[in-house]
Amino acid sequence: MPLGVFIFLAALAVTSALGTVLQRNPVHCLLALVVTLLAIAVMFIGLGAVTVGFLQVIVYAGAIMVLFLFVIWLLNLQAELRTSPGYLALKALAGLLCAALVAELFTLLWHAPTAGGAQAAAPPGYGSIEKIATMLFSDYLISFEVTSVLLLAAIVGAMALARRAPAPQHASPQAAAADGPARPEGA
Amino acid sequence: MVPMSYFVGLSAVLFAIGVAGVLLRRNIIVIFMSIEIMLNAVNLAFVALGRRLGSMDGQVMVFFVMTVAAAEAAVGLAIIIAVFRNRETVNADQLNLMRW
Amino acid sequence: MTAQFPALALILLFPAIGVVFNIFVGPRAGRNAVNVAGTGVIFAAFAVGLWAFARLLAMPAGAALEVTLWPWIIADQFHTAIALRFDALSAVMTLVVSGVGAVIHLYSIGYMAHDEDYARYFAYMNLFALSMLVLVLADNLLLMFVGWEGVGLCSYLLIAFWYGNAQFAYNGRKAFVVNRVGDAGFILGILTMLSALAAHGVWTLNFAGLQAHAAMLAPVATMAGLLLLLGATGKSAQIPLYVWLPDAMVGPTPVSALIHAATMVTAGVYMIARLHFLYALTPDAMHVVAVIGGVTAFFAATVALVQSDIKRVLAYSTISQLGYMFMGVGAGAFAAGIFHLMTHAFFKGLLFLCAGSIIHALKGEQDMNRMGALWRRMPITYATMLAATLAICAVPGFSGYFSKDLILERTFEAGDEGLWLLGVITAGLTALYMFRLLFLTFHGTSRVAPDKHVHESPPVMTVPLIILGLLSVAGGWVELPPGWLWGGAFSRFLMPVLCRSRSQAAHGAAGGALGVVAMLATLTGFLLAYILYIQSPALPGRIAARASALYHLLVRKYYVDELYNLIFGRFLFWGSTNVLSRGVDSGLIDGIVDGAGLGVEAAGEVTRRSATGNVQVYAFVYLAGAVGIAAYYVYLVMVR
Repeated sequence: MPLGVFIFLAALAVTSALGTVLQRNPVHCLLALVVTLLAIAVMFIGLGAVTVGFLQVIVYAGAIMVLFLFVIWLLNLQAELRTSPGYLALKALAGLLCAALVAELFTLLWHAPTAGGAQAAAPPGYGSIEKIATMLFSDYLISFEVTSVLLLAAIVGAMALARRAPAPQHASPQAAAADGPARPEGA
Repeated sequence: MVPMSYFVGLSAVLFAIGVAGVLLRRNIIVIFMSIEIMLNAVNLAFVALGRRLGSMDGQVMVFFVMTVAAAEAAVGLAIIIAVFRNRETVNADQLNLMRW
Repeated sequence: MTAQFPALALILLFPAIGVVFNIFVGPRAGRNAVNVAGTGVIFAAFAVGLWAFARLLAMPAGAALEVTLWPWIIADQFHTAIALRFDALSAVMTLVVSGVGAVIHLYSIGYMAHDEDYARYFAYMNLFALSMLVLVLADNLLLMFVGWEGVGLCSYLLIAFWYGNAQFAYNGRKAFVVNRVGDAGFILGILTMLSALAAHGVWTLNFAGLQAHAAMLAPVATMAGLLLLLGATGKSAQIPLYVWLPDAMVGPTPVSALIHAATMVTAGVYMIARLHFLYALTPDAMHVVAVIGGVTAFFAATVALVQSDIKRVLAYSTISQLGYMFMGVGAGAFAAGIFHLMTHAFFKGLLFLCAGSIIHALKGEQDMNRMGALWRRMPITYATMLAATLAICAVPGFSGYFSKDLILERTFEAGDEGLWLLGVITAGLTALYMFRLLFLTFHGTSRVAPDKHVHESPPVMTVPLIILGLLSVAGGWVELPPGWLWGGAFSRFLMPVLCRSRSQAAHGAAGGALGVVAMLATLTGFLLAYILYIQSPALPGRIAARASALYHLLVRKYYVDELYNLIFGRFLFWGSTNVLSRGVDSGLIDGIVDGAGLGVEAAGEVTRRSATGNVQVYAFVYLAGAVGIAAYYVYLVMVR
């Protein structure tokens, strides 16, 4: 990947990430986030991780972002109103700490033995679907299978959490009182 | 060719931006988005360092991170919906039931 | 030679089942179920004991049945297991404990028929049988100690069975505390032996292992023997720790019969006989055992002369008879001691059951001054009690004759003429106080309160009386004088286990002459009792008035309780109240505890301010931690 392309992508990613964090309308934040993700996806492809790069576009920019959008619309969220400043001093401190974190990471990176130098020549087939699939179904088989259980649990959990509480006329008054409105997953 | 440290440095910057988002924003959905930025920053470091070592294990890790992120988004957003239904807010400042 | 015999575990399993059943199901299952279960399990244990006994008889002399249930303590080189051993000595003890125990359980059905707490009673009784069987079947000292403590606990629970009465509960505590003193001696004795063996690299507490390495015990034999003797005096109510037994009589009478006459109190004799190889090494400790036994026998007999509570007389009689047993084992006649233990279990158990029958008929009356002329109205009780009295007085032909005679003879042979004389005098006193008891209760004029309707006890109580009555008469016939029929079969059966430690000389002409002397003493006692309590009933009162100092000394039991109270009770009570309770507990410990609580509360008051409930504040703290950790790594990198 030429240096110019990297600088462009990096600038794009950092700018849009800042946009995500700083804008007040959630939909605008989301759009900026998509740009960040796409920039990173292109970098993945440039690094030879072709499969992961496309997965990034499909899963993140496609599926997950749409989910976010739906939730924002479902809840009908508007731009945040400026209310009380909250813990202002704390927030200033938090910004300082973030800066310190970046400084520390850069220091460590500077001294890391593997950081410098050019990247090694990619072996043939590096980052291809075939190679990734071979690894997933051999070395990482157990992790892969466990992931499927995780996804199943997430589906069931999401459905149970997002379900509406049953309408009062269908449940007996005692059960409704016992469950209470605070437990939509009940019954 | 771009030195590997540039990628890792970019990853560090993106991560810090994500942390700042989590700490500074009050809207839970935006906090969630910031978390996604942090995850992607780490993914970038994985892929870049894997390329440096000529190994693909980093990419497999990214695959798993994406899976977890998807699961987390699904459950997390469901929780946000449930909370919003009860409290009529997605403002982290007002969700302080854990208080003494 | 030993053989594996897993069915031994059944002897313990049956009473254990009874305990669990009576505790958890008993109160709901009803009186009949409890009666059947509580008694049946002991009969079942007795049956298994007979089975094992038959197996043992079929094997050559000196054989033993064994079973290892599971490993218990494994600490480096020290291994010990929950293991049972059924040799000749254990066989005798097991059969006595389960046999007499079963009969007394049967009797309890009738005695406790009007008590609401029958399930608890039978649970305790079964637990006692279990503990006692563990004690006699254990193949090592530690497991024996478990049984030893178990019977002590059951004794406490049953003495204080009617805990609603504060005095009864106090007496239970007294028994428990006095036994603690003895138990401390016992466990110190065990440790003394273990440390002596460990010095030679031998780590065992098995009886077989101890006996095999007895030579290593020689340096500590006297000390270990005396410490174990302290344990024995506690459990078997000998001087100086006998004071709890008379007060233990407040428990239900079958308890007195089973625990405080027939079985538990003989545990000390059993223990000394079991460790005969240790005592064989130390003539000094043996002599102490014999002297304590002889003095206790005489001392308790004198106190028994003047007591008016029927159970108290029997309690002092028990102490006195246990003294005989100690005399026997102290003279090296271990088999004789165990023999007297067995016959004593029969006739003393029977005496207590008869007393219980009388008390039951008189609705709780225990004072012999309010009895009299009962023999016509309670013929079975009278006949069996007469048999037991003749047995305890060593009338020829009855069981006590063979065992007590043997002990006196062996004591004389061992060279302790003084102790022998004491034993003979005690035999006369025994006859005196036993016939006094018999005459005051069954003969003379009736002093029963007129509103009491006296009746013979129901069959469930009289059948046990008859069984024990037969045993009291015939139980001694297993050890006839040498040359008669099967001769000393009992001694021959026990000899391989107990070995001949002292002279096993043939019963010479001296034996006959000694027996005659003892018999004359007994006859004198009987005649005195007849004159004092039948011919001229007014005479005892006049004697008491004339020798009032002596009389009061005896009635107040030589003021030993008062003395102990003064020496130990006052001192300990003062120390506990002022130093330990007020100083250490209220001041120091409470201060530390309260201080800890107050400190935590104050710290919480401060730190709770940080728990704002705002997630972002928490995340901030988290980030600060992460930055701190990263800073540490930066520091590491920079230094390098």
